Amino acid sequence: MRRETSSRSRFIRRALVLGGGKLLLLGVLGARLYQLQVIEADRYVTLAEENRISLRLVAPPRGRLLDRNGTVLAGNRENFRALLVAEQTPDIGATLATFSALVPLSESERARVERDTRRNRRFVPVAVREFLSWEDMARIEVNAPDLPGIMVDRGQTRLYPYGEELAHVLGYVAPAAEADLQGDEDPLLTLPGFRIGRAGIERVHDRVLRGRAGAIQLEVNAVGRVVRELSRQEGTPGQDVTLTIDEPLQRFATQRIASESAAAVVMDARNGELLALASSPSFDPSVFNSGVSQRQWQAWLANRRKPLNNKAIGGLYAPGSTFKMVVGIAALEANVIGANERVTCIGYVDLGDTRFHCWKAGGHGGVDLRQAIKVSCDCYFYEAARRVGIDRIAAMANRFGLGADLEIELPGARTGLVPTRAWRLAQSGGVPWQQGDTLVHGIGQGFTQVTPLQLATMTARLATGRQVRPHLTRAIGASIRRGDRPEHWPVIGVGERNLRLVREAMAAVVNEQGGTAYASRLPDRQAAMAGKTGTTQVRRISMADRARGVRQEQLPWDYRHHALFVCYAPVDNPVYACAVLIEHGIGGALTAAPAARDIMAEALARDPAKRSFPPDPSVPGRPMSVRSGSGGAGEAG
Amino acid sequence: MLHTRRLAAPRGPGFAEKLYLISWPLVLLLAALAGIGYIALYSAAGGDPEPWAARHALRFAFGLIVLVSIGLVDIRLIERIAWPLYALAVALLLVVMLHGQVGKGAQRWLDLGPIQMQPSELMKLALCIALASYFRRATSERMGNALFLLVPALAVALPAGLILKQPNLGNALITLMLGAAVFFLAGMRIWAIGLCAGLAAAAVPFAYGYLKDYQKARILTFLNPESDPLGAGYHTIQSRIALGSGGTWGRGWLQGTQSQLDFLPEKQTDFIFTLWAEEWGMVGALALMALNLLIIAYGLAIAMRCRHAFGRLLAAGITANFFLYVFVNIAMNMGLIPVGGVPLPLVSHGGSSTLTVMLGFGLLMSVHVHRDVEFSGEEERGTGLAAR
Repeated sequence: MRRETSSRSRFIRRALVLGGGKLLLLGVLGARLYQLQVIEADRYVTLAEENRISLRLVAPPRGRLLDRNGTVLAGNRENFRALLVAEQTPDIGATLATFSALVPLSESERARVERDTRRNRRFVPVAVREFLSWEDMARIEVNAPDLPGIMVDRGQTRLYPYGEELAHVLGYVAPAAEADLQGDEDPLLTLPGFRIGRAGIERVHDRVLRGRAGAIQLEVNAVGRVVRELSRQEGTPGQDVTLTIDEPLQRFATQRIASESAAAVVMDARNGELLALASSPSFDPSVFNSGVSQRQWQAWLANRRKPLNNKAIGGLYAPGSTFKMVVGIAALEANVIGANERVTCIGYVDLGDTRFHCWKAGGHGGVDLRQAIKVSCDCYFYEAARRVGIDRIAAMANRFGLGADLEIELPGARTGLVPTRAWRLAQSGGVPWQQGDTLVHGIGQGFTQVTPLQLATMTARLATGRQVRPHLTRAIGASIRRGDRPEHWPVIGVGERNLRLVREAMAAVVNEQGGTAYASRLPDRQAAMAGKTGTTQVRRISMADRARGVRQEQLPWDYRHHALFVCYAPVDNPVYACAVLIEHGIGGALTAAPAARDIMAEALARDPAKRSFPPDPSVPGRPMSVRSGSGGAGEAG
Repeated sequence: MLHTRRLAAPRGPGFAEKLYLISWPLVLLLAALAGIGYIALYSAAGGDPEPWAARHALRFAFGLIVLVSIGLVDIRLIERIAWPLYALAVALLLVVMLHGQVGKGAQRWLDLGPIQMQPSELMKLALCIALASYFRRATSERMGNALFLLVPALAVALPAGLILKQPNLGNALITLMLGAAVFFLAGMRIWAIGLCAGLAAAAVPFAYGYLKDYQKARILTFLNPESDPLGAGYHTIQSRIALGSGGTWGRGWLQGTQSQLDFLPEKQTDFIFTLWAEEWGMVGALALMALNLLIIAYGLAIAMRCRHAFGRLLAAGITANFFLYVFVNIAMNMGLIPVGGVPLPLVSHGGSSTLTVMLGFGLLMSVHVHRDVEFSGEEERGTGLAAR
């Protein structure tokens, strides 16, 4: 009986020990619970939020580009694209094969899709094909059951309704390159297929046009599938940018020079607004959006007319005779030549051993400045340049915008060059400037290189006496940029008498018998224009050539002279300044002047009244309200 | 007192008396646990009684009938068929090995049409009965005799080995620990137990080599879950996040983001505790653990109150089995031990689990109802007085 009792009491003892052990173990669990749920709770709450909330970016619509009349130059179009969600298909390869049977995919496209699916998490949609046609989309939708993981998505794509006409101004959008991503923290860039402005205005105003990303907070489950939308923060759409371009004029200028390798610039001489900026040949900007093929790229590179170069701002040319106004004014301002002083031209000037020819064999006889510009006498300007010296010519040229950075809102604009003595020393490593160099530069040859845009700017400054700078941006959003009124621009600080003399000479070039561009005068005497021709050699004319009297038309295209013409109109109240350059156009009076004449006539025909001041700031991009009798704000011509 | 006297009669209490003797407070505690299960499963389905909560309630109701029915069965009858039951359970284990349904890399389930059985769970109950039956005659001298301990040791080793072979490491270890608990309660020498424990610990490195790859992965990722956050470590990390983010007061019913959004795997079965703890916080989780502790305490009280050794050992064994489930499951939820398919009794969704738990408590109830019956051959006659 003792044993039985002891057996039971031992059981009870041990059961209590066991029970105590259980209590202890559960106590450990309780302590662990406290650690997880109280001490470390914050950390796990954070982890839990990260777990369930997925931030998805929403691309805002890109701002449009408008011309000064409100015409849409670059807009957005709906773009249907097929996306692939990897997790929703058992076999990506099979899905793509089926897709390819409906909408053919190239080998490289397929490789790209497979690479993208590997790079992203399995629930991230990857673009398979963009710009689907209605037929393709219908085919995909009908066959949806056989295409697991494929969905059709509506996005936006850039549309350039005027294509080649404005490609050099607007630029284009394209997927961001690796270099574009450097230093750019915009989360939008992480969106697959997001496009940024890569050239032209699209690039310069990219941030403004891009807008700010919207974000949708989505609650997702463990496999990333969306359960519900928690919050939506609408992005800020990109702002519209209104350009100074006048699309109809731009179109006319583009078409006028379309057959040449050329550039044409039309500027509002009073405020520097660029009404037309044409460069020929051009390219289709939308090609970059969908991707440039290797063949296309090679063709562009091989084309000696350089369709990708914007010659108006990036092409460098000797100004030739269009430089003579600057030389003349520099000489007048320096008082080294009288306004009516005559220089005798016998067809050439000898300096030391070198003979400098005038374009007219036999010479012009005695010419003053007015006559020298009118007939484009070289001898007069050899003499004027010799007297005033290269440094003062260069300083004056810079004041008129030549060889200066005009800060145009376009990538690829060149500054050009107007040489000085100091520049020559540094550039040649000690060879000093020669007087012969001065003579050559007096007629706009030699080292001097300018862009057509700079020539147009020079002409505008000559016409108005204000240091207008060319610009393309008229308004961002609803706010008009400063610089739209003449008063915003400083006067150039050149004697009015001297300016007037040069202007009269330029008017004589076009409107007087014997002027080099008399054949290109405007038919309407009310709106006469003033101008100056320019013809520049692209290679040295040897004595043998001169002796043989080689005709330019017989030379190969790329040996022919460049043709230039600068002009402004109306003569007595300048509104438009224009510069035309035709590569290998043989002669300024022959090809450039007629083109400029036609463009100027079009500009004048397109109702000058709408370009009156002040523009109505409340209606950006709309036709300006007409104020009759205005225009007096410009400098009297 | 009145009952005691009558129960002392060799025939035992009558039917009505037995119904009266059933420990209804314990039934109430079990019902409360099942109620928690219902609430949690309702939430696991995103606020829907389908597909889990309703069936859970139904099964518990069925389990209650089983519990009461078993509770009414004379404990002496159960003792008499102890070894046949053991043999049957082993047979079922063998059947499941040969024809069982493979689930999650292991053959564990026996498909019996409407209900699927997990014989390893039945096995543990049968083992409790068999060991209690064997050890009820144990004396201090016998417990010191290695040969006497050989038979029950084999009785534990056989099913543990079979379960390990399924393979179900977790359940095999639970079986071993259950056996050890009964050995301890039966009076095995402390030094001998220590020796066995030492040998077992020494065998661990060798045993590791025999594990399946997924079992090794579990253990390795348990040691370092972040090594493979989307693979084998996923369960551990996600359950820890869900648990921890619950905080003191929890996110509220149906508000547990991790569970509701399927970040928590197997939330309706193995990880129901995490779901509960996320939504009800530490307070709720501690309440759930306290409820389980109360049930365990109740079971131990029944064991200690029992006048016959068979009942004592059986009740304590069943309680230990219950405890092991609760502990292993919760510890696993907290990432304290490697993950294994061990449900939380009466809370996890799973017919086999609920049924076997209720079966076990039925046996416990039978002990309670028949606590004062006399066993032939048990050398405890007349100890009723001593017990008091």
